[in-house]
Amino acid sequence: MSGTQTTYNDKVIRQFAVMTVIWGIVGMLVGVIVAAQLVWPALDIGFLHFGRLRPLHTNAVIFAFGGCALFATSYWCVQRTCHTRLWGGPLIPFTFWGWQLIILLAAVSLPLGFTTGKEYAELEWPIDILITLVWVAYTLVFFGTIAKRTVSHIYVANWFFGAFILAVALLHIVNSGEMPVSWHKSYSIYSGAQDAMVQWWYGHNAVGFFLTAGFLGMMYYFVPKQAGRPVYSYRLSVVHFWALIFTYMWAGPHHLHYTALPDWTQSVGMLFSLILLAPSWGGMINGIMTLSGAWHKLRDDPILKFLITSLSFYGMSTFEGPMMAIKTVNALSHYTDWTVGHVHSGALGWVAMVSIGSIYYLLPRLFGKKEMYSTSLVTTHFWIATIGAVLYIASMWISGVMQGLMWRAVNADGTLAYSFVESVKGSYPFWMIRVLGGVLYLTGMLIMAYNMFKTMAGGSAKDAPVIAPAAHHA
Amino acid sequence: MSDFVNDFWNMYVIVIVLASILACAVLLIVQGKATFTPGKTMGHVWDETLEEYNNPMPKWWSWLFVITVVFSLGYLVLFPGLGKFPGMLKWSAVGQYEQEVQKMDATVKPLFDKYLAMDIPAVANDKLAMEMGKRLFLTYCMQCHGADGRGAKGFPNLTDGDWLYGGTPEKIKETIAGGRQGAMPSHEALGAETIKDLANYVRSLSAQSNVDVARVERGKEAFLNGDCIACHTPEATGNQDVGAPNLTDKIWLYGSSEATVVETITKGRQNKMPAWHEFLGDGKIHLLTAYVYSLSQGGSK
Repeated sequence: MSGTQTTYNDKVIRQFAVMTVIWGIVGMLVGVIVAAQLVWPALDIGFLHFGRLRPLHTNAVIFAFGGCALFATSYWCVQRTCHTRLWGGPLIPFTFWGWQLIILLAAVSLPLGFTTGKEYAELEWPIDILITLVWVAYTLVFFGTIAKRTVSHIYVANWFFGAFILAVALLHIVNSGEMPVSWHKSYSIYSGAQDAMVQWWYGHNAVGFFLTAGFLGMMYYFVPKQAGRPVYSYRLSVVHFWALIFTYMWAGPHHLHYTALPDWTQSVGMLFSLILLAPSWGGMINGIMTLSGAWHKLRDDPILKFLITSLSFYGMSTFEGPMMAIKTVNALSHYTDWTVGHVHSGALGWVAMVSIGSIYYLLPRLFGKKEMYSTSLVTTHFWIATIGAVLYIASMWISGVMQGLMWRAVNADGTLAYSFVESVKGSYPFWMIRVLGGVLYLTGMLIMAYNMFKTMAGGSAKDAPVIAPAAHHA
Repeated sequence: MSDFVNDFWNMYVIVIVLASILACAVLLIVQGKATFTPGKTMGHVWDETLEEYNNPMPKWWSWLFVITVVFSLGYLVLFPGLGKFPGMLKWSAVGQYEQEVQKMDATVKPLFDKYLAMDIPAVANDKLAMEMGKRLFLTYCMQCHGADGRGAKGFPNLTDGDWLYGGTPEKIKETIAGGRQGAMPSHEALGAETIKDLANYVRSLSAQSNVDVARVERGKEAFLNGDCIACHTPEATGNQDVGAPNLTDKIWLYGSSEATVVETITKGRQNKMPAWHEFLGDGKIHLLTAYVYSLSQGGSK
């Protein structure tokens, strides 16, 4: 026992890191396919049509790609900043193999049409139970490690990882309240407007905690590490942490503006979405300001490029989000491609880029190398991904605003100026640009996979020794 | 109408919303009072290099936070948000909708009133009226009857001059305003053989190919002695008062193949044209009537 205490558990991190890249490719490939199906509907073949593949895409990129990245980075961060080996024994491999099983079950059941019909929570009840078990194991491993830390202070990144883990557990359990009628079909225990509200309380907090708090944890470890600079402001991290995790919980109703949801609920959702602007930007400021005095490092460090660009996209989409939550803006943007563009400026620009940067940081360290097999390929990946993300976001902005304006235009006699199909026709050029953006982003991931396997080849997968805390901590 | 079953929940919402917004402000103020040492770290080190500066929060950022909090409190005074309190502006989503509809109705009323005073054939000859009628048709009717009004299986073609319920302006208006319920009963009880005979007879009336002469003879007898004639008449020319189709022409709502006719007789057919009067009102229905009338007269020119 004491022998194993001297090293970190890097095996599980290696597993999750590699699967991050693999699932990234799978999820983004499915994304490119569904984008292409919108341009060429003839590609809807058999049961592999848009309606079945779209939830597969969202689940794959959020929970498979994003999930594996969060597992890998949180396990790395919590061990290094607690100066202790991961706690949990068999629970640790269980989180890896259990999560992979869940992903496989999703990849089979969603194309077959097994779905609860709740966005980002489509998986049916037996898989929901499995998710709960894995998540409880993850919670125990993470907080068990925090508990046996050898330093007194808990590093800021761990606050965010911890909040993400606890909130996702709460969200998943409440929103998955469902009554099974067979082994592959269940119905929500909520009904009507309440069901919609619970769903979007979950849905928006999936964004807030899974896709934001977790990745802010990643940011707080890898940005100062890669920049070699202290975090800009401890106090800012305290305020924006508590404000962020508290305020996000309220923002869900902005997904249900101008619906059967009561007016007061919609107003409250809108206001807390606006209040969320400053707490969100707190993370961006703390990340970007951490680099002040070291800007020259951006020039030839592609990992830092990924991390800082991700923060720029984060700042942009967390400004856009509160604006879209304002009811009068939402009246134009809702149900259009603008929403899709907004989500992807968060997903491609923020979540994926910060993950990719962090995984590039981890890979050589996990496989006993000094650096990635090719740094110039990392730079290439960065530029391809950035151009892809910009093409995607800009095309959706244009088509989204166009759709919103066409749908609300009326003639002098009060009739609609455009039929729905005319707005579809008008969207085609922009959907084409989206496919191009998606193909570029996917190409970047393929380059990453090549670079990863070349880095792994001949590497030694040895676990690193636990570093003793700095003297004044002891 | 209140969203709350009792006043407890009303108070619960008010207290928790205000307390939560104020909590954001308190967090900012209390933390802003900490002692800062700009450019110096907090003195903790993790993983060899991770440290944190004890810098203050940026002023502009704190103000951004304060502005959103103040804006929210102001918004809650003016708009609904605090439980049952409707806000000083008395705004509601339903109210805004009704106001917008009212405003639009008032704007377009003179336009529709002008045509309401004209009879349908005259409206059908008015170029502007037919442009309006077409837009209305493309908004409300196209989903079933098609952009060109030629219909689809189960949805009547409006351009062929053949009418289930009558093609006079009055009848067309009655159909649009009040809707129609088509009901051909099931005749499964007649047995498969008789149904096949009937199908052959009915198909022979419009000179369809591949009819079995012996079956036509037997089918004719079954037709005349059965309850078919109650709606379709002994001559099988139908009855527009009950929407029973003429079986002697080549126009088929569900299809003319033997299999389809057998299915129609065996299972019957239920069909529904929705009623539009309550939703569209007199003015729009008048224009739509004229437009549909013009389609059957060879289209608006």
